[in-house]
Amino acid sequence: MTPLTSDYALEIVDLNKAFGGLKVTQSVSLAIRQGERRLIIGPNGAGKTTLFNQISGDMRPNSGQIRLFGADVTKFAPYKRAHLGLSRTYQIITLFTGDTLQHNVTLGLLGLLPSRWQMWRPLSFYGDLAGEARRTLDTVGLLHLADHPVSEIAYGEKRRVELAMALAQKPRMLLLDEPLAGLSNTERSTVKSLIASIPRETAVIMIEHDMDTALDLAETVTLLNYGRVIVDGERDVVIADERTREVYLGS
Amino acid sequence: MKWIAAALLAGLLLLLPLFAGDFYINLASQILIAAIFALSLNLLVGFGGMTSLGHASYLGVAAYISALLTSRYGFGHGAAAIISIAGTIATAAFFGIIALRATGLGFLMITLALSQVLWGLAYRMSDVTNGDNGIAGLTRPMPFDISLDGAAAFYWFALIVASIAFLMMAVFVSSSFGSSLKGVRDQPRRMAALGFNPWMIRWITFIYAGFWGGVSGLLYVYYNKYIHPTSLSTTSSAEALLGVIAGGSGTLGGPVVGATLVLLLKNYASAYIERWNMLLGLVFLFIVLVMPTGIVPGLSKLMARLRRGSR
Repeated sequence: MTPLTSDYALEIVDLNKAFGGLKVTQSVSLAIRQGERRLIIGPNGAGKTTLFNQISGDMRPNSGQIRLFGADVTKFAPYKRAHLGLSRTYQIITLFTGDTLQHNVTLGLLGLLPSRWQMWRPLSFYGDLAGEARRTLDTVGLLHLADHPVSEIAYGEKRRVELAMALAQKPRMLLLDEPLAGLSNTERSTVKSLIASIPRETAVIMIEHDMDTALDLAETVTLLNYGRVIVDGERDVVIADERTREVYLGS
Repeated sequence: MKWIAAALLAGLLLLLPLFAGDFYINLASQILIAAIFALSLNLLVGFGGMTSLGHASYLGVAAYISALLTSRYGFGHGAAAIISIAGTIATAAFFGIIALRATGLGFLMITLALSQVLWGLAYRMSDVTNGDNGIAGLTRPMPFDISLDGAAAFYWFALIVASIAFLMMAVFVSSSFGSSLKGVRDQPRRMAALGFNPWMIRWITFIYAGFWGGVSGLLYVYYNKYIHPTSLSTTSSAEALLGVIAGGSGTLGGPVVGATLVLLLKNYASAYIERWNMLLGLVFLFIVLVMPTGIVPGLSKLMARLRRGSR
């Protein structure tokens, strides 16, 4: 394998995906630099989450190539991509509802450790894992709920657990699928500062409809519509672009 | 409280042959064997979310290999046991590759079909397996030159094996791997995104469950000194599954309670009613209606409610 050195965290080349006759990704090409903060916008059904699913490996594209840190991962299973430093959160909250918050975050940590194969030693013996999980919960402000099951906490808190699970993995590339969806104003600003405090070397791609909050976090913006990249570039350039206003912001 | 109850139960199990007659000692041995089998099936059904209707395959493969090697090819029990377990593991590994192409109902149907193939072989390949006559005249092993022919001696032997099996499976489900398994059961997509390989986790569990199924198969053939194709049949797979679900799948105590219940019904009811399966069905129906999650979770919920009520 070629050494995993690249200026780019993620390169997408001419990606295509169709569900039957419906083309959800049409010759999409994108390049995200290491540590870049990218916002993806577009109306409902523009193919944003589908694009995420192809990057994370949940879906296979029909054609095209995806490179993570220089490595061609187009045919990689999702778990292999995670081991290259990719983490994601879900638009529809996907947590282990019967387990405690601490256990949820611990699973995030465990996913990248060789000890996930250990069968002869109770998980509770790994004190360092528990400590690390609680520290991560502390950074998202949920330490006081660490021992509660996910089913008992509020929606906004679940969103933060989603984030904590991804952050615990210390990813080099993070995909956030509508991290602010359904949050109150206070929660919104909490999560916003959380995202802002993600280490600079981590590249972040975020899908978000709340432009007021999301634009502050973004350096670059990509506008998708009908599965195509319409505009792509520096934030202010994209926002000022006429096509953006036409498609998304309304004229 | 919990520790006292556990100590009492351990003492009772250990000393049972001192106060019980041979009939009850033998019944207890059978329960221990069925409990190991149910616990191993529960790794798949309860903790892995893989409902198998072919788990008797592994009990049967181990039992048949051991029976053939010791009776026909003059192997000692030690070597025969090792080869039977190795054979069971290989079978489970191979069946796992086929069955895990599917999940849910598809998985269930494949495990059922595969076990039917083995059952058919045991029945029809009569020059090897003796077909419907089964293989009789088998012996029990003599570990450390101790004869296991007495009811009490065999019971203690089965108790040691069952205790080790219970402990190992208890550690397994509470381990990192066990947590991965439960995670894959609940949210496979998420687990994959977190870096876990769902297929590999399921496959290893499938093999591990097959291994303990094989251990129970060895005990089974030692106990009965006889093996017949019915041991491999869908009925025995289904009986065990019934026990797991009735007792409470995904708990450690559930399969033990469920297996005990099935065995007791089988032993007592079959003395009075010819169609004891019907009674088993009714009891099962009653349990599922009253305690949908099984006896053990149902009772612990009830206890919790009573405790809250008395305060």
